[in-house]
Amino acid sequence: MMAASKKIVEQEPSDIELLLPWHAAGTLSARDARKVEEALARDPELARQYAVIREEYAGTIELNESLGAPSTRAMQKLFAAIDAEPARKPSASQSLATRFSSLFSSLSPRTLAWSASLGAFVLVLQAGIIAGVLMDNRPSTFQTASLSMNEQSITRDLSAAPPPRALVRFAADAHVGDVTALLDKYQASIVGGAKGGMFRLQFANGSMSKDEFANLLSRLQNEKAVSLAVATP
Amino acid sequence: MSATQAASDDTLIARIAQGDRLAMQVLYGRHHVRVFRFGLRLVRDEQVAEDLISEVFLDVWRQAGKFEGRSAVSTWLLAITRFKALSALRRRKDAELDDEAAGAIEDTSDDPEVTVQKKDTGDALRKCLGQLSAEHREIVDLVYYHEKSVEEVAGIIGIPENTVKTRLFYARKKLAELLKAAGIERGWP
Repeated sequence: MMAASKKIVEQEPSDIELLLPWHAAGTLSARDARKVEEALARDPELARQYAVIREEYAGTIELNESLGAPSTRAMQKLFAAIDAEPARKPSASQSLATRFSSLFSSLSPRTLAWSASLGAFVLVLQAGIIAGVLMDNRPSTFQTASLSMNEQSITRDLSAAPPPRALVRFAADAHVGDVTALLDKYQASIVGGAKGGMFRLQFANGSMSKDEFANLLSRLQNEKAVSLAVATP
Repeated sequence: MSATQAASDDTLIARIAQGDRLAMQVLYGRHHVRVFRFGLRLVRDEQVAEDLISEVFLDVWRQAGKFEGRSAVSTWLLAITRFKALSALRRRKDAELDDEAAGAIEDTSDDPEVTVQKKDTGDALRKCLGQLSAEHREIVDLVYYHEKSVEEVAGIIGIPENTVKTRLFYARKKLAELLKAAGIERGWP
């Protein structure tokens, strides 16, 4: 195999050879560094040249480090010039996010903590006020039952006249089928209960007079499946 | 330079763009020595080099808002320094340098043989590094001392990446010739 470094003087240097100084400085990509390492391992002449490069590398650092540092005059001159510059206005293109970021970064941790606490308090207060307003606006008729069926009665209550209701205690020997048949017969639905064994029934017949309602209760009372039927208080 | 410091430099530049004087002091403290040395190796005059760094960092103060972060801040600083140094060289009338010759003329003020007599190869190497042309000196410094990648050197000098590689190769060859002339054989080329 012809060594990569054989060509260097007479001809153009190889790609690997050209990369050696950057390999010495450790600024090659991982892929290039691996290629150089492999070439160095198989080419003694290239390895010798690499040793020379490492001397140059060390010599260049020593030379630069021996140059010392500038005097403080340079810094004084710089900041005098900066002070003489016109006052800088915040850039119009500065994003809102950057401004917010600057604002919050300028606050102390204690101030930030107090601000966060105040913000949380305001949120809770606002939630309380909203809840209070909602509670005040609820019609009092909705405060009785909590079953989902009540939601049906809410829409009905918004109509002109409330549907008739009764409290019913079913007979002890009434079966589920008996109760279901009764509800179908009277077009009724159970909307609440059962406190003390009494169920609240609502009838779908719409508004009815006192007599009609008394008649309805009487008929209910006579049903075999019913032991007691009374008007809701 | 670590990634952390590079990111930190970017943050400093963003703060400088907003007129943060303290950020400017931090950036100056972090980079002014290397900027000075790079400038000094180009202009070979401490007074001029000190003036250079003031000009470089004043440019940073003024232009920070335009820095897009496409290169490392240190690379940006060296590019500004190089531009300022070449401008200073053009202005220097008593150096008998013209625009074209500035990069090509070698400094022969010191005789490397004197150094060789001291039988100190390290000294001879440093002397010969000083004998290189400005064009060769800057590329050697950028790669070895400032640890810039091929791409970064290309950006600073404004030449193609392949030219960066070959220019350094020929700078090294020239250095070897100077050493050989001074009686030092290193086995390459």
